Amino acid sequence: MHELAIAEGVVGTVTQRLPGARITSVHLEIGALSGVVADSIRFCFDLATEGTGLEGATLEITEPPARCRCRSCGTEFQPDPPIMLCPCGSADVAVLGGEELRILSVQVA
Amino acid sequence: MCATCGCAGDELAGHVHSDGTWHEDGPGHEDAPGHEHGPGHEHDERHHQGDGQHAHGRTVTLAEKVLARNDALARQNRDWLRERGILALNLMSSPGAGKTTLLERTAADLAGELVVGVIEGDQETTLDADRMRAAGCQVVQVNTGTGCHLDAVMVRDALTKLDPSEGSVVVIENVGNLVCPALFDLGEAHRVVLASVTEGADKPVKYPHMFRSANLVLVTKTDLLPYLDFDLARCTADLGKISPAATVLPVSARAGEGIRPWYDWLRQVLARGGTPSSLGASPRTPRPGTPRWPEAPLASER
Repeated sequence: MHELAIAEGVVGTVTQRLPGARITSVHLEIGALSGVVADSIRFCFDLATEGTGLEGATLEITEPPARCRCRSCGTEFQPDPPIMLCPCGSADVAVLGGEELRILSVQVA
Repeated sequence: MCATCGCAGDELAGHVHSDGTWHEDGPGHEDAPGHEHGPGHEHDERHHQGDGQHAHGRTVTLAEKVLARNDALARQNRDWLRERGILALNLMSSPGAGKTTLLERTAADLAGELVVGVIEGDQETTLDADRMRAAGCQVVQVNTGTGCHLDAVMVRDALTKLDPSEGSVVVIENVGNLVCPALFDLGEAHRVVLASVTEGADKPVKYPHMFRSANLVLVTKTDLLPYLDFDLARCTADLGKISPAATVLPVSARAGEGIRPWYDWLRQVLARGGTPSSLGASPRTPRPGTPRWPEAPLASER
């Protein structure tokens, strides 16, 4: 359950960047290949924010899909995890998107 | 561009202040005490409420990686290790895949050739630390309590305690878990992931994040293959798709089959000065071109 550690990391980063601020909304970006489950973040967000300036804040999560480019044939495609296989059969692919795990913005009261 | 102040610079760069605070910045910043930014880019916005009233609020763009602080500390660990010529390996697997047994055998077989220091990560107990100490290694045990993974702060503190000698090998035996540790860069040069044959051949497909991040996959406990229906060829083929850049080596630490290729891999990495081809790259982005082991163990190893 690393999502709790991730949620606590969000709280830590926001309170460090905006000390003393009361946060009413947090916008996260959690890609399909980030290794973090957005629903699990939603589940433990209240727990992680309790007693902090983020307590009661709403949580918005954008979930970019996985995107890859094949190094063999150059095709860009949306893989079907877990195996990121190009339609041409090659597994030698570059990940273009889906690994995002970022705090995009917050809303301050 | 620096996500904090907008100066020209690499967004991935950043630094940790002496007080432990961190932010992303570019090369133009002075890494001096007291260097601070304001609270970020602020945009006044008006938000329509259901009752038609306007409420005033500020949207503050942070655009910061959630793991930015961990990643910055991991870079510091990596630099610290590199300056001392120390090879650090992040050893990961599910609980009971044989990490400690492999390390015990490795430390015993290569005693006199390698100085191996170990950072043991477990939720509780010093059982593994005791085993590795008995095997002649310097050990620091990290108990994470309810934590399911090691992070870069824990490893920094453990390295300070361990005080490994120059040119040595530090093996970080992560908390047994095929999920969470994959996310946390510790500053290691290589990620070694174990998958034991008793777990079933489908583990790489079921836990792709972990195996995708591996530089080396050791398929362990191969002495038990005659008693199982584990399909080594299928497991290796799946690994080839999930982590094409990873080297795959079948090994039995107990019987010794396949142990030499593991030692050869270690020696190869050490011969490169402990510097992996992927050093500095994202541990989740394996590089292509690493030589692969044959899909089945050599007959002489069976």
